[in-house]
Amino acid sequence: MKRFRRHGHDSQRDKLKQDLYHFNKTVEHGFPHQPSSLGYSPSLELLAIGTRSGAIKLYGAPGVEFMGLHDENAAVTQIHFLPHQVELVTLLDDNSLHMWTLRAHQGLSELLEIGRFTLTGPPGALPCVTRVTAVLAHSSGELLLLGTEGGHVFVVEVPGFQELEKLNISVEDVQSSVPEEYIGRRSLECVEALQENPLNPRQVLIGYGRGLLVLWDLDRRCALQHFLGTQQLESVWWMEDGGSLLSSHSDGSYCHWTVSTDTAVQAEPDKQETPYGSFPCKAISKILQLPTRHGPPFLIFSGGMPRASFGDRHCISVIHSKTHVALDFTSRIIDFFIIREGAQHKGDPSALVVLVEEELVVVDLQSEGWPVIQTPYLVPLHCSAITCSHHVSSIPLKLWERILAAGQLQNTHYSRKPWPINGGQNLAPDPPQRDLLLTGHEDGTVRFWDASGVCLSPMYKLSTSGVFLTDADPNDNMNQGAEGEWPPFRKVGCFDPYSDDPRLGIQKIHLCKYSGYLTVAGTAGQILVMELNDEAAEQTVEPTVVDLLQGQEGFRWKGQARLDVRDEPVTFPPGFQPFALVQCQPPAVVTAIALHSEWKLVAFGTSHGFGLYDYQQKNSVLVRCTLNPNDQLALEGPLSRVKSIKKSLRQSFRRIRRSRVSMRKHQTNNAAKLQEINARLEAEALQEMELAPVQRKIEARSSDDSFTGLVRTLYFADTFLSDSSHNSPSLWAGTNGGAVYAFMLRVPPVERRMEDQVTAHPVKEIQLMHRAPVVGLVVLDGRGVPLPEPLEVAHDLARSPDMIGAHHLLVVSEEQFKLFTLPKVSSKTKLKLTATDGSRVRRVGVAWFGSVRVEDYGENNLVILTNQGDLHVISMPALKMQIHYPCIRKEDVSGIASCVFTKHGQGFYLISPSEFERFSLSARWLVEPRCLVEAPPRTHSSSHPDHTHRDQPDGAATEHRICREDTEEFENSARQVMEHALLNDEQVLQEIQKSLEGDQTVLLENNMKTKPSVGQVLSNGD
Amino acid sequence: MNKNHRVPSNRTLSAVEVKSKFGAEFRRFSLDRSKPGRFDEFYGLLQHVHRIPNVDLLVGYADVHGDLLPINNDDNYHKAISTATPLLRLFLQRKEEADNSAFGTDSLTRKKSPAALAAVLLRPDANRKKPPVIISLPRDFRPVSSIIDVDILPETHRRVRLYKHGQEKPLGFYIRDGSSVRVTPQGLEKVPGIFISRMVPGGLAESTGLLAVNDEVLEVNGIEVAGKSLDQVTDMMIANSHNLIITVKPANQRNNVVRNANSGGGATSGSSGRSSDSGTSFYGYSAPGAMAMTPSHIIQNFRPEEVESEDDEEDLVIEAGGEAKLIPKAPAGATASTSMPALPRYEPHLNLRTSNGAMATSTSVGSLSAPDRGQERQNLEEDGTVITL
Repeated sequence: MKRFRRHGHDSQRDKLKQDLYHFNKTVEHGFPHQPSSLGYSPSLELLAIGTRSGAIKLYGAPGVEFMGLHDENAAVTQIHFLPHQVELVTLLDDNSLHMWTLRAHQGLSELLEIGRFTLTGPPGALPCVTRVTAVLAHSSGELLLLGTEGGHVFVVEVPGFQELEKLNISVEDVQSSVPEEYIGRRSLECVEALQENPLNPRQVLIGYGRGLLVLWDLDRRCALQHFLGTQQLESVWWMEDGGSLLSSHSDGSYCHWTVSTDTAVQAEPDKQETPYGSFPCKAISKILQLPTRHGPPFLIFSGGMPRASFGDRHCISVIHSKTHVALDFTSRIIDFFIIREGAQHKGDPSALVVLVEEELVVVDLQSEGWPVIQTPYLVPLHCSAITCSHHVSSIPLKLWERILAAGQLQNTHYSRKPWPINGGQNLAPDPPQRDLLLTGHEDGTVRFWDASGVCLSPMYKLSTSGVFLTDADPNDNMNQGAEGEWPPFRKVGCFDPYSDDPRLGIQKIHLCKYSGYLTVAGTAGQILVMELNDEAAEQTVEPTVVDLLQGQEGFRWKGQARLDVRDEPVTFPPGFQPFALVQCQPPAVVTAIALHSEWKLVAFGTSHGFGLYDYQQKNSVLVRCTLNPNDQLALEGPLSRVKSIKKSLRQSFRRIRRSRVSMRKHQTNNAAKLQEINARLEAEALQEMELAPVQRKIEARSSDDSFTGLVRTLYFADTFLSDSSHNSPSLWAGTNGGAVYAFMLRVPPVERRMEDQVTAHPVKEIQLMHRAPVVGLVVLDGRGVPLPEPLEVAHDLARSPDMIGAHHLLVVSEEQFKLFTLPKVSSKTKLKLTATDGSRVRRVGVAWFGSVRVEDYGENNLVILTNQGDLHVISMPALKMQIHYPCIRKEDVSGIASCVFTKHGQGFYLISPSEFERFSLSARWLVEPRCLVEAPPRTHSSSHPDHTHRDQPDGAATEHRICREDTEEFENSARQVMEHALLNDEQVLQEIQKSLEGDQTVLLENNMKTKPSVGQVLSNGD
Repeated sequence: MNKNHRVPSNRTLSAVEVKSKFGAEFRRFSLDRSKPGRFDEFYGLLQHVHRIPNVDLLVGYADVHGDLLPINNDDNYHKAISTATPLLRLFLQRKEEADNSAFGTDSLTRKKSPAALAAVLLRPDANRKKPPVIISLPRDFRPVSSIIDVDILPETHRRVRLYKHGQEKPLGFYIRDGSSVRVTPQGLEKVPGIFISRMVPGGLAESTGLLAVNDEVLEVNGIEVAGKSLDQVTDMMIANSHNLIITVKPANQRNNVVRNANSGGGATSGSSGRSSDSGTSFYGYSAPGAMAMTPSHIIQNFRPEEVESEDDEEDLVIEAGGEAKLIPKAPAGATASTSMPALPRYEPHLNLRTSNGAMATSTSVGSLSAPDRGQERQNLEEDGTVITL
């Protein structure tokens, strides 16, 4: 009978669970990792980005986003929208073509793959015959011309991918009409470029790698004109009047040719120019020229820099009349296009859109000085590597507006023009509340993002480096080029991976949304308390040094030195301004902080102990050393074993770089060579792994393990600590060794707050016998509800806690959840995680889940992310598993370490150094893109097409790209092998990361994936 | 019955020198190693040489490791004879004066020499004259590492309980990834598995002798490891380290226990066909039918949920100015505990019965009913030739 009843109860609970929980990965914020191609549809006003992992992402108006993923895990090398349609074609690295469409379904569009195609040559033909190098989406919208490595052009009907064999243009057809003395014995090489005559769609221009340009008539199937270029071709551009051509070449020159049917062969260009001349120059990979209604045209090209002096710059040159600027990007240029004015997109160029490897930059070509337009999406989250993040839900409007205002003052150098890409309609409802995501970065900045909706947009950037003396000269303005410098460089973009001083890195952030107090803690043991100020202010920040070792003898800190603080007053701009600074001694990474804005206290912890600081009176209240006297590792520098791994990593990267240097594009034996090197490196890596077989020691945790004293979590609570009739403020700390310390605090009443001292007394110490790291501490009130945040009750935003019923302490360790009674500590309930399924708690949060069916029903639950990448929801206070979902690959250690939970059952984690994935566990709260894109009306007949600017099939750049990709893939595979070997052992990983803190540039140069999580693995506690 | 020591097959010496001690008296004689005879003959011989024909004796001997082991049947008698090099030391006690606790694996390692042991045996005992012996409650026993659940596991598998409680010894072993061959209806299949890769000398795992390098780990505290990564299994073992129960498929299948057809598991013989039976889940073997067949055995079966509630180490709390003390359980009824509904209590002392066949029988005298013991003898028999996959 009892059993039966229980069963009934279970099914009821199951129903309720369906109303409460629902797992969804909703949207990716940030900039795609490793973009490899760019496409643009002027008629749809949609931008498409393809990535090396086979993803394509479409962006229109803010909030209009689509994402698709190719089944093949190959790089997307080209994207072409079919003119005036909602279809687009992608070319992958594996030579397959894919047709995608935006299909409307129930009022919302979705991106679907509707077809795929791979060219098949005649039987026995070499693979190069059908290797696609150039694609032309013909303006008729029905044809696709595919130029190949073998020099042939295949014609395919779309969207069905029907081969039209009789229209094919074979290299033999072309060669037959070219003068014998030009051909000689050499081949014409691959098709680098295919361009349609803007006035006559039946004429296409075929550019061959060797430099030959052929004007081909599709109807008569014959060549109309030949242009005998002698330089290796990179790209061609057909002028809008259809009367002349531009061709760009690998020696940094471009040529001007006149189209006229009178002369069948043009042996010499009208004009040849090398813009950055005299000394050898690098290739101009893409060139275009656009007219303006009143005045000279815009000439825009990428590359062409003098090889010796500026060969390493990533530049796009814009020349308009007398103005000549070389836009200097901080990462490699993938592709670019121009947005033009007017309904038919034929007017003056209005904006230059450049996709570089790490960001998207849009330059306003109509405003004075060509300022950059701030992007509403695709923001480079990783302009400096992300080291931690913090989410604050439901920001009060007042604070929101003040932060926005402070941010706007920082953005004066941006163009005032509105965002020029506005395709599609955003149909998502307005976000229900204002949410902030704060990211801490390696360069000591904290960035504030509006995380309320689909677009993660920047609000405000806070820099903490001004407080400290660093090597960088504060007057060093990157944007200033010297007067009269040639080429006329101008730095654009914000991606700047080079940190002045790794000690500035932000490790922990806590913002009190009610008081506007912010505390941030960093890599060198610095804790800053800040206050929002709408005015600029000049002040001196006096540091308080706190000795966490408390005179323990025999220890010598071998790590980094403390940051030097500026003595003189510093002017801080409007925004968050520091007014208190604590520096831990030894200056180790801060691993936990807690802020109580009502009591005006900040608690902080490192691997040596924890402390409590009164920021009202600016003095230290409490210091507690948690270091185990036997723990030398907590003071040691990096281990020698780790050093050797670091060394081998470095050597591997050097090898890769060396082999890359010797590579030239279009060398046929390259592929074979590459494979060989690739195989060798992989074999080496594997061999190293075999030498040290993966085995794990089975040993119980002991109090002598290293880093047992590392403070993982700190918590303030007003609860019953020593007797059940009087509650009092308390501070709780949990360590890596499974210890929990509780201190009773005496906070003077407000009127005597400045005079009387805050005091702290140790009251309890709990040692968990399983000794697993304590990652979370929560006190539940008499109703079993977590205590509210400071000031939350004062602002009428939470019910005051129940102080009549007994309080409970919930201790979350990496292995178990335990509920203890208070004030007398007795164990009440527990839930074991690791003992039953082998996974461990990595991240923990408390979230409120509302029912979708009953408006006023909701529950507070514990949300955890395990080291296996699974999300679990656990009820409180019963501690029962509610539901679990696989979320992150367990190999993705940095992704797991980066996860943050919101108070409403959502979360974010990094899927790459530059992208946050947003997920939702709540059935009620969901933020996801909802948008509609409709096919543009066709206003012109196909015989007189609207020849808008299309993203030109840039054969040269593409080829260049393929070559680069090969080397990088090869680097990737090597890296994967190494990562696999390393990431398997978290201990090793932690050590590597720690050791790398001192030497980060090497990894940054190589854009190592694990980079952004420096210091995070160690600081999982929240 | 004793499975834990390999029997050396070729001994060069034909005679075994025996030194037998009863009380303060020594007797020396020799036995033919190749024809030791039966235990009851040997027992008679001992009564004869010591001239104590009507005294009931407990016979013990010191093995090569210095452990005091009992001799009470043909098997351990033969074992004692075959492993004696060159001297077989015997210690005789009156049954009514028996000090059972003297037997044990670490009984002599602690006291090192047999001489010291003899002192223990001979020490004046205040309780000696008070039969019957008062047996403490099970919780007062110090549990030791042991093989458990012999009757519910396939004979190719072994469930080992490493009891670390209060010991300074490290668990002391390593695990690795590997692959094992399974028999499936489709034929042989290679599947990934977790194996013991190394033993730390002097560690608990090595000193119990119950685990060996290359044993395949199948379960950790009742939870199958199939499909789990090396790191997960490592974490599971560490999380359970205070009371670790590992089910392994020993790499060496020669020392397996084989059960008769009428035993709980229903094994018929030691044929290799059994090895396909790799589903070692505890739940499968404790089906109601099996329980009904062997009601007296089921009590010793391992139940993970009981272990969880019974054997957990208690956390410590230090109140301000006070001493460290164990954190008590909150009074029952105050809240719903997550532990399972009450089930028969797990009684660790009963495991001794199967931990080491020879020793078990002697220690269980008095604590086990006679029919039960008889049945056990019937059910367990040795077959050293079983080779299974």
